[in-house]
This record gives sequence, C-alpha cells and structure tokens, in this order.
Amino acid sequence: MIPGQFAYHRPSSIEQAVRLLADLGDEARPLAGGHSLIPMMKLRMAAPEHLIDLGGIADLKGIRDRGASIIIGAMTTQNELIHSDLLAAKLPIIRETSLLIADPQIRYVGTLGGNVANGDPGNDMPALMMCLDAAYHVAGPSGNRTIKARDFYEGAYFTALQEGEIVTSVEIPVPPAGHGYAYEKLKRKIGDYATAAAAVVLSFSGGKVATCAIGLTNVSETPLLAEEAAEILIGTALDPASIAKAVSAAEAITAPASDGRGPADYRTKMAGVMLSRALQRAARRAAA
Amino acid sequence: MSTIEQVPVTVTVNGKKYQRFVDPRMLLIHFIREELNLTGAHIGCDTSHCGACTVEMNGMSVKSCTMFAVQADGASITTIEGMAAPDGTLHALQEGFRMMHGLQCGYCTPGMIMRAHVLLKENPDPTEEEIRSGIAGNLCRCTGYQNIVKAIQYAAAKLNGRTVQEAAE
Amino acid sequence: MNDMTPTREQREAQLQGMGCKRKRVEDIRFTQGKGNYVDDIKLPGMLYGDFVRSSHAHARIKGIDASKALALPGVIAVLTAEELKGLNLAWMPTLAGDMQMVLADGKVLFQNQEVAFVVAEDRYTAADAIELVEVEYEELPVLVDPWKAMAPDAPVLREDIKDKTEGAHGRREHYNHIFKWQVGDRPGTDEAFARADVTIKETFYYHRTHPCPLETCAALASFDKVKGELTLWGTFQAPHVVRTVASLLSKIPESKIHVIAPDIGGGFGNKVGVYPGYVCAIVASIVTGRPVKWVEDRMENLSTTSFARDYHMTTELAATKDGRITAMRVHVLADHGAFDACADPSKWPAGFMNICTGSYDIPVAHLTVDGVYTNKAPGGVAYRCSFRVTEAVYAIERAIEVLAQKLGMDSVDLRMKNFIRREQFPYQSALGWEYDSGDYYMAMQKALDAVGYKELRAEQARKREAFKRGETRELMGIGVSFFTEIVGAGPSKNCDILGVAMFDSCEIRVHPTGSAIARMGTKTQGQGHETTYAQIIATEIGIPADDIMVEEGNTDTAPYGLGTYGSRSTPVAGAAIAMAARKIKAKAQMIAAYLLEVHEDDLEWDVDRFQVKGLPEKFKTMKDIAWVAYNAPPPGMEPGLEAVSYYDPPNMTYPFGAYICVMDIDVDTGVAKTRRFYALDDCGTRINPMIIEGQVHGGLTEAFAVAMGQEIDYDEAGNVKGASFMDFFLPTAVETPYWETDYTVTPSPHHPIGAKGVGESPHVGGVPCFSNAVNDAFAFLGSTHIQMPHDPWRIWKAAERLGLHQ
Repeated sequence: MIPGQFAYHRPSSIEQAVRLLADLGDEARPLAGGHSLIPMMKLRMAAPEHLIDLGGIADLKGIRDRGASIIIGAMTTQNELIHSDLLAAKLPIIRETSLLIADPQIRYVGTLGGNVANGDPGNDMPALMMCLDAAYHVAGPSGNRTIKARDFYEGAYFTALQEGEIVTSVEIPVPPAGHGYAYEKLKRKIGDYATAAAAVVLSFSGGKVATCAIGLTNVSETPLLAEEAAEILIGTALDPASIAKAVSAAEAITAPASDGRGPADYRTKMAGVMLSRALQRAARRAAA
Repeated sequence: MSTIEQVPVTVTVNGKKYQRFVDPRMLLIHFIREELNLTGAHIGCDTSHCGACTVEMNGMSVKSCTMFAVQADGASITTIEGMAAPDGTLHALQEGFRMMHGLQCGYCTPGMIMRAHVLLKENPDPTEEEIRSGIAGNLCRCTGYQNIVKAIQYAAAKLNGRTVQEAAE
Repeated sequence: MNDMTPTREQREAQLQGMGCKRKRVEDIRFTQGKGNYVDDIKLPGMLYGDFVRSSHAHARIKGIDASKALALPGVIAVLTAEELKGLNLAWMPTLAGDMQMVLADGKVLFQNQEVAFVVAEDRYTAADAIELVEVEYEELPVLVDPWKAMAPDAPVLREDIKDKTEGAHGRREHYNHIFKWQVGDRPGTDEAFARADVTIKETFYYHRTHPCPLETCAALASFDKVKGELTLWGTFQAPHVVRTVASLLSKIPESKIHVIAPDIGGGFGNKVGVYPGYVCAIVASIVTGRPVKWVEDRMENLSTTSFARDYHMTTELAATKDGRITAMRVHVLADHGAFDACADPSKWPAGFMNICTGSYDIPVAHLTVDGVYTNKAPGGVAYRCSFRVTEAVYAIERAIEVLAQKLGMDSVDLRMKNFIRREQFPYQSALGWEYDSGDYYMAMQKALDAVGYKELRAEQARKREAFKRGETRELMGIGVSFFTEIVGAGPSKNCDILGVAMFDSCEIRVHPTGSAIARMGTKTQGQGHETTYAQIIATEIGIPADDIMVEEGNTDTAPYGLGTYGSRSTPVAGAAIAMAARKIKAKAQMIAAYLLEVHEDDLEWDVDRFQVKGLPEKFKTMKDIAWVAYNAPPPGMEPGLEAVSYYDPPNMTYPFGAYICVMDIDVDTGVAKTRRFYALDDCGTRINPMIIEGQVHGGLTEAFAVAMGQEIDYDEAGNVKGASFMDFFLPTAVETPYWETDYTVTPSPHHPIGAKGVGESPHVGGVPCFSNAVNDAFAFLGSTHIQMPHDPWRIWKAAERLGLHQ
C-alpha cells in the first residue's frame, strides 16, 4: 500500500501552519501523529496534495496547570498523557482512557489533538472530552476561537472546524476532588476500536449522586453525550433500578453501525453494559 | 501528475549519519529497507497493526510503515542491525529470543526485539502481564507469544544481573 | 583411557542429537535482522509489478484502457489477459484439476480478482499507475450463498465450462457444481441408522478463514534471454512443484528454471499454491528482459491468495442407548469460490475429509462432499492442518458432544467407550484409512488427571446453580477434544500432485574432515528444519549437529521433493534423512571393518563410532572414517561418503492428542475468557522437545484465533469483509491464553525413527476444543450447537436466544 504524492511542509509556528492551510486551501491536510491519515492515504482513500506536518511546532506541545482547568497542547501524545503526574492527580480518567487506545507504538505518536479533531467516531477521546465538558482552542484564518467539545461533532468525520482551522489545545475543567470516574471499553483485541465504550465522571454528596456526566464512544456517527441518562442518576443512590433506567436512556440515543464488531442491536446493548459497569466502577472510586 | 520536489532528510541510524533526498511520500520503512539497505525491519500488514516494521526512534518504538521518512528528519533511529555490540556480541534480548525459543519464522522478530528494547528501558523488570501489554502492538503468527514473554524475561534478568533460566520447556 | 577421554554421555551430549532441546541454528541470523526474505532481495535493473483488481464480485469486462497508465513516466508495461493469451498463459491449471484465470479473461468472478498487471521502475510508480488503468465493468448477479449455487436459476459463474458435465473428479450435476465425492458404505450406514436407538444430526459450519502468515506472498522473476534461463525467488512451501508447474506453463525446460525459496516468513498453507502474481512476474520478466518483483499487500493476501475451510458439514451419528456409536453419516457442502484451487493431493477433491470417523471405532460410515462455485476467492488450502483434517476433526468432535448431550452422558465417557483400543492397531477405519498406532485411553486419562477433570465438572455444576440463582452472570465451559491427525502425505499409491508422487528426499554428503551437508526437498517456514534435521543425522551417523549444515529451497542443489505442508516434513523427509544416513552408516561400517581388520558383523555402533564388540577401545569414529572414505578407501570401494534417499512412505502417520479447555463466559457481553488450556500431544518419537513445544504453542494460538473470531466473510454483493488486520482476528499477546503442554510417546511403527509430525496437531485439536468449551457452557440450557467463530457478539446472540438477557 503506497500513498499518493504530496508536497511536504513543516511549519515551526501555529501562525505559519494556519497561513499555509489558508494559502493551500482544501488540497492541504494537517498531519499530527498520522495514524489515522497515513493509513487512509495508503489505501488511497485520502489524497491530499499538501501535508502540513504539525510536529515541528513547539507551542502545540505540553500540559499546563491553570488551577480550575488543565490545558493540553494538541500535539501532546497519548504516551505523554499516560505519564503526566498532573493528569494522574487531577484527571486520572485521561490516563485510563489513553491506555485503552491502540497499542504502545501508536501511543508514542498518536496525539490528543489528532484524536479529537479528525471526527472519527471510533476515537476514544472525543466522548471523554464531551463527558469532561472540555473546550477546544482553535486557530484559523479568521483568528482564534474556542469550541466546546459538546458542540464540536457533527457527523462521521464532520466537525465544527472551518476550512483552514486547526485545534491548538484542549482545555479541560478539573472535576472536583473526590470525583469518581471510569472509562469502560469493549473491544475485540488490542488495537481495535470500541465495540462500545462509556466514559463516566460523577460525584456524590450525602450518599446521592450530585454530579454526573456520561460520554459514549463508537455507537453513533458521532461521540455521544448521554445527558438524559446522567440526569436520571442525579439525586439517586445509584441503585440498580436507577442504573437500569439510565442505561435504557443511554441506549435510546445510540445508532451504531453493524460491522465486524457486531450487529447494531448488540452494540447498543454493549453501550448499556459498558455504561452500567463504568457507573459502578466510578461509584467505587468516588468519595461518598 | 505534478512532479514533487524531493526533500532532504538527515537521520542517524545505528550511530551512523545518513543524508538523502527523498520523495516526501516515501515511507520510513522503505527508506530504511531500500535506501539504507537495512532489511531487518519488515512490512507485515501495511496498516500499523502488526509491528513487524517497528524501529526505535528517539527512544520511542514506532511503526515505520505508518510514518514518512521526512517526519524522521533529525531523528536518531536504532534498528535490529544496531543491537549487537560492535564485536558481534548479541544483545541480551537477541540471546534471550534464541535461548527461550522466542521465534520461529523470524519475520516478526526484529520488530518484536526493538519493541522489547524500549519496554525494558522504561520498565527494566516487567511482570508477565506488563510484557504482554507492552508487546501488544506486535503480532506473531508462530509462537503464541509464550516463549517471547520468556525471552524478554530472560533478557530482563540478564540485564539486571540475575542468573537466567537455562532453556525453554 | 586417560582423564581427557570423553565419556559416552559426553560424546552423546556433544552430538546434540534427537531428543535434546537444541537451540535453533536459524535464530542466529533472524535475531540480527539478517534473514533473507523475498522482499529483501534486490537485483540490478529490477522492476516492480502491481495488480489492477476487480472492484466487483461478478462482472463482465467491457474494456480495459491502459493508455493513461502507460503514459506515466516510469511505467514499462501493462499486462492483461489479451497479452497473456499470446503466450497461452491467460489461464493456468490449479492443483485440483480446474483452470484458473491468471488475469481476468472477459469477466471477473470475485472481488479483488487480478485484472491487469502493471510493471514499473519502482513500487511507488506502479501503485500510481494502477489507479490510472480504466476498466469498464457490466455487473452480473452475484452468488455468495453456496446453498443457492445449484438452484435452477442460479447465475452461471464459469461460462468456460458451463456445458461440461464431466469434471476432474467425475460428473457435475449443475453448471456451478464442481464434484461429488463419496466414500464408505451407504446402504450399510443407512441400515445402521434405521436400527439405532439414538441418532443425532447437526450442521456444523466451519467458516471461511485464511492462513495469514506474517509475510505475504511474493516472487521475484529474472529471465536471462541470452541463456534462456529463468530464476525465480518466491515464498514457496513447495519449490520443486513450482519449478515443474513453471516449466509446464512456460515450456522452458526444468533444467533451465532455477527456483529458490529463501527464508519464508510463515506459510501455514498459504504458500503452497501457484498464484497469478508469480505467473505475471515471470511473464513480465520474459517480456521486459528485466527482473520483476511482485509483493502483495495484506489486503490482497487476505482477499485473493487462497482461503481455508468454508465447509458446511451436516453430521449424523447413530448409537445404542448405552453410548456405543454404530454409524456415522456426513454430508459436506464445500464452498470453493470461483475456481477449484484447493491444495489437495490430486485424487482427493476433499482432502482427507474421510478421516472424519476420528479416534473412534465406528463400524460403518458414509461421507458425501459436494463442491460448488461461488463468487469468492479461490483456494481451500490446508491452513495449519493436513488436507481438510481440521474440518473432519471439528465435525466428529462436535458431534460427539451433541450425542453425549442427547444420551445424558459425560462426553469423556462417551469418547472412552468408543475409542479405538490400543490392541486394534493397525486399525482399518470404516472410511478406508489404516491408523498406524495409538494409545488413546492412556492419553485421555493422563489429560483428565492433569487438569483435575472431575473437580472442574463439580465446580461447573456449582457455578450453574449460582447462575440460576442470579448470583453470577458468568458461565463456565469445559471443552474437551480428542483428535487423530492424518499426516505425512503420502504414499505414491494414493498421493500425487499433478501426477508427481508425494515422496520426499534427502541428500547427505559427509566431507573428508567429518562435517556434512544435507539437502532436502522440503522447505522450512519457521519449523526449524535446519536445527532438527541435523539432530536426526547426528544421532544416525554420529556427527555433531553443529557440524551439519542443512540446506533447503534451492531446486538446483536440493533433490526433488514435494515441500513442506500437511505436517509432512518429519514423516516423509525425516524418514528420507534416516534412510540416507543409514546408507552412509552402512558404507562407514565396511570401512571401519577394513580398518579394524574384523568382520562387519563384529562391529557395533556406539554414539559416534564403530567399535569392536567386547573391545570398546578398538574403534573408528565417523570422523576417522570420513577421511579414509575419500582418501584411502578399501580396495575396490568407490571413494566418497554420501547418499541420497527418496522416501515413498508406506502409510500416513497418525499423531493424536487430548486437549482440555476451561472458559468463563460473560453472558452480558459475550466475552469468553480462556482460564486454562491443557494440550497433550503424541507425535511419536520426539526430535526436539523445545521446538515441539513451540509448534504446539503456535498451533494452539492459531486455533484460538480461528475458533474465537477469525474469518473471511462476504456481504450479499460479494464484497469481502474484514480483509485487514483491523478486523481479521489475529490475537495479540494480551488476548492469547497461557498454554500448558504435555505428551505421551507412541512411535509410528512404519517410520524409520518412529516420528509422526506435530506442527498441525494443535490447530486440528485446538479448534474443536475451544468450540466445545463455548458450546459446553450453554449446553445445560438445551443448546446443541452455536456456530463458529465464537466472537463476543455471536456468543451474546446465542445467550439472547436462550433468554439469558431477560
């Protein structure tokens, strides 16, 4: 499998990258870790004439503590996310999720920005970012702007990014200390996308669920925020009946494809099972 | 089709510096195998699943079939050909793979050893479970992995100065 | 004797002969990246070939326009069927007596079929050029379901033979019918069924999959116009057969064709056949006068160069009420794809499917196999098994479970009751095989004791109760399989490939200073022949294995042999080695007798020497003898010390084994976790226990993959699904279970060293063992059979059908 020809550009600043993308128009594609784009190019399902390699831009790297939030540069790799002490302390669900992405080699190269920005419903980070209510800082020809993860995903490979825009960083509000979390992913083997996966972040107050957010991966054209399911659980003790109601509500918003991972009805049910298990694990981890 | 300008690439491979002009689309695996004639790394799947093309780049294990040579500009790369000492003494991993019967057809072996090399740098004394997760980006069709795990344990023991198990079975 | 004289044990150890865990010779190069695989070979002026492939499963080709591709700088040629017709090479014979298109001739019959072959200066240009070849298709109705192949209104696939009523294996009953193959006593079987207390009938589908070695198929052809000679490097499990086929096709004399199989990155049956890529590389080299390399990518590999299985096996057993099996009846609907390219010995259209009576003394049986064409890739290779033996063992080992369930017996008791008993060997099976040796009862008992079978069943009973009470959502399955393989094809009386008898060969030359080279007709693909063959020779003639070089794969130097597949290397070539070595030993004995001035009968062999009986200090080592053999042979004796043996085996060998698997199944996700897997193998004499263990690990892992998810599937339009490593299930180290291995030793009585072969047993026995474990987990709920592959969604669906999700 051999990709088609392209011209290669390696800007050293965000401004240069944005200018190149603006100048070259829709024949240009940004290249992050490349593990989604390069296979597509080798299959000749993508044939950009220009590749803008973001790997040389120092400003796109790094994890910064802003107190109430953490800002992660778009070119930060999954391996860097896994080994960040700051994230381990404040947002441990990022490490848990990152470890379930692809395999060790790919995690050295695969980036958070690439994972959230290309709109592949199989990617794990988008649903997690929706669950965490993250915001994507974006640079483009008409300046910088911020898009909420929850507003970002429009369809398979369709996002709120305008032509020439790139995600430069991801800002994640730090959940309260003592929050419970879990990312449950069902997959056929290492390296596979999820048959279904669920991200849960919740907190308790007086034995009752005080806050709860739920994201679902790869069970629709876009990652899903299961808002109704989360609302059902607020104020409950996460008893089996409430979980069952939430699971039903979550299953109701899924619309998975039938593929090698299983037929649609199975994948919907697996979204429910993953959610149920993520809720229970998150609850065990949460302070009462 | 427009003719694309070749771009310069400078890489250090197994301690030796190479400068070449390449087509931007040249995959790193082809650069290593065909420009540098280092044929130890292989192509097994073309889609970044099998890890037969794994090399070490700037201390990381990467799949060279899913990376362009231009992306490696300035990098330091180690391939299987750079693992033995200059006097020909095998690396503990190379020895371990032979002693513990960690290979059969040999096609996955260079990638497997290069991956294990970084794994042991990051985690010098991994458990069996850590080894299994650590090599999960490398497929082997012959061994069923069990003796590969033992081979890596053999190398870890040797590198940690412990006496090593004698043989497979 | 002084203290420096090595003891007998030391001399023996130094040989590293049979039975020791000799470390592999091959590993020295492989661990340093110095293997030499086809794609590693570079020749000056080498060109690259790449295929334009069909996007449709069934379509007429209205036109091919290669002008844009030819206009691309660096493109040298574009071959189509029209060009090949000039050389009479548009079609090629298959191993199964059919014809197969090399390049699409008028129509395409499966998706990704080879349509045109682009030859360019480099592989990047070739890949660009295939995008520029324009093919105009007219779509035709697609036949995917083999059960509809023989319908009166089924689409005609093979227009070239649609009116031909006689095929390579007898009468064809329909234009999509390939053959009907029947074995056994039909009336006797019918009668036994009519009289039976209990009968069972179940259709087991053994799904289509692919051997998928990590190295794909590849070839490099270099035609020397001046000498009229062709050199062909390739991923060939059977290089001599390739040479013969290449000669028949090209009309170049075999003496002017040099076929070389260098290191091969796994075969598992994928690299037995001859594929269009090989033929096109040869033709392109002849046409261009330059070397041409072709290397397929993974998607091409999974979707075009062969497949395995795809057998729908309707299996019936008849028994008495106390569990004595009285008859077996099997009908197989075999989906062969677009061309019958099964890699079986020529007289066996369904391979050795008639081993389906398994390890049991079944008095009467009947087997029918109907092969049909569909719009799928051709192939039908023996994926890590002897020809169709995996299918046969799957049928009987599933059927045993279903029968046990109906009888209310433990399936182990049913097996024990019906085993062929030790004293019955050599045993004549109802479907025509003569089993050489076995002690099934002992092997089964050893396995049961090793795993604590009774306790496992007790634990399972407790778990089932807990499940019924709603305390757990996990079910425990215990899978048992007891298999008998049939390997070592094969005796010339019933085994040939395109008329070439399935012997194998060895040539040994002992050099004057006492080292040796052995050349073989087989070809290792990871089995470690360079290591183990030397061990056999070391034991036979007393030269240390380290001083013996084993060479395979070069048809100019190796004696003719039929190659490596179907676990035939040890049973056939291993025997040839022993026979050649014994010829050398016989000559050496004459020389030793002459040197020691005694009669030959007064000598005895001792590890590495002939010594005078009763006078061990009077001896000549093989090393001493080698020098004399060349430089001072006895008067009248021809100098030299070498021998060749072509071994035509008197019978197949019949390795066997008992496997037990313990599995925990999450009924809410369908995820099955293998808690424990125990494999006892009896492969007769054990040459290198380390390598045997490695073969068993690998075979079990492939069995695990096939049983638990690996498949090549098609949608209704004939689009091949899952032909990449994203979907095709190759387990990683994380999913792969831990394997426990064990053994018994029952030598083959007819093999010179008693060895039976082992490489494929674990696959043959492993698949039914996993499948039986999954099925066993649900059997107490009344389920009789859940189809493979047992990936989570299919298991979940089975649980759903049983009402477990309410």
